[in-house]
Amino acid sequence: MIVRILGEGQLQVDDSAASELNELDAKLEATVERNDEPGFESALAELLTRVRSIGSPVELEALDSSELILPGEGATIAEVRKLLTGDGLLPG
Amino acid sequence: MSVMKRVSMMFRAKANKALDRMEDPRETLDYSYQTQLELLQKVRRGVADVATSRKRVELQINQLQQSSDKLDRQARDALAVGREDLARDALTRKAGVQGQLNDLNTQYTALQGEEEKLTGASQRLQAKVDAFRTKKETIKATYTAAEAQTRINEAFTGISEEMGDVGLAIQRAEDKTEQMKARAGALDELMASGALDDMVGGPRDDIQAELDRMGAGHDVDAELERLKGELGQGSAPRQIEGTGTAADGAAGAAGPVTDGHPTQASPADQPRAGDGA
Repeated sequence: MIVRILGEGQLQVDDSAASELNELDAKLEATVERNDEPGFESALAELLTRVRSIGSPVELEALDSSELILPGEGATIAEVRKLLTGDGLLPG
Repeated sequence: MSVMKRVSMMFRAKANKALDRMEDPRETLDYSYQTQLELLQKVRRGVADVATSRKRVELQINQLQQSSDKLDRQARDALAVGREDLARDALTRKAGVQGQLNDLNTQYTALQGEEEKLTGASQRLQAKVDAFRTKKETIKATYTAAEAQTRINEAFTGISEEMGDVGLAIQRAEDKTEQMKARAGALDELMASGALDDMVGGPRDDIQAELDRMGAGHDVDAELERLKGELGQGSAPRQIEGTGTAADGAAGAAGPVTDGHPTQASPADQPRAGDGA
């Protein structure tokens, strides 16, 4: 599957990693829910590090959409909330 | 639901909405391509804007660094002439300048980061736009309108995700540069108004004035000493030199010239010279 890290690009990640990534993502989701900024920061860092280490870059010319999209390094809960409401996304 | 799934759904929803608005699939291709080119222009302008802000901050850093170095030199000079109060004054100002410098350095690093991110985004988008153009022509040439639909949708969704990503990067960079511009402007104003002169010692550099005055005074004293030394030949300095030999009779050799006066004077001067030294 293809995973995009916002601000970095797309990575090809083996489907077998899905459950592991979902687990990390659930941790991230929990921090957003309880508005735990430090927790969010570390959970996001953990998720990004993992995706980067198991993923390989998708060639730039590919026009495939991603199955999963991750907030970029240094994102805040507020920014993620904005993403989830679709605010701030330029019309494609 | 999962953050990553929800975010990707938002991107997809955006793309689908745009697709729904298009009536003719082929028109979608051309319209989208135009939008892509516009976004490419925008991201390039973004890179240039961030670079301009970064250079401005760099200039301010250089100015403040010079001030800091100068204050450091002044503190040394002041200590060298025993003016600890002046040295303390200079170091206090230096600490203020250093605070501004630390702040600017943080801003500089942040801007550098944004510049790199935007440059990367611009390169990624460029590659995808090129790929899209090729695909667009292939689709137009090879497929009927009906057949083309699926392929167009795929290509469109793929590139619109990239465009959304780039759009976010541009916004982020714009927000950052706006903040930096405001702060850089405030600092420029501060420097221009002379308010910062009190801190860094601008035209009205009182520390330097004091040091210069003391430096000049110091030279005058040294000159005075030198003149005294020249004019007072055979006086105190000479006698001190002579006392070492006076005791063992060398002064006696001078005796005949001055009728023995020096020989008598020498023993009397000796304790005083010794006390003085």
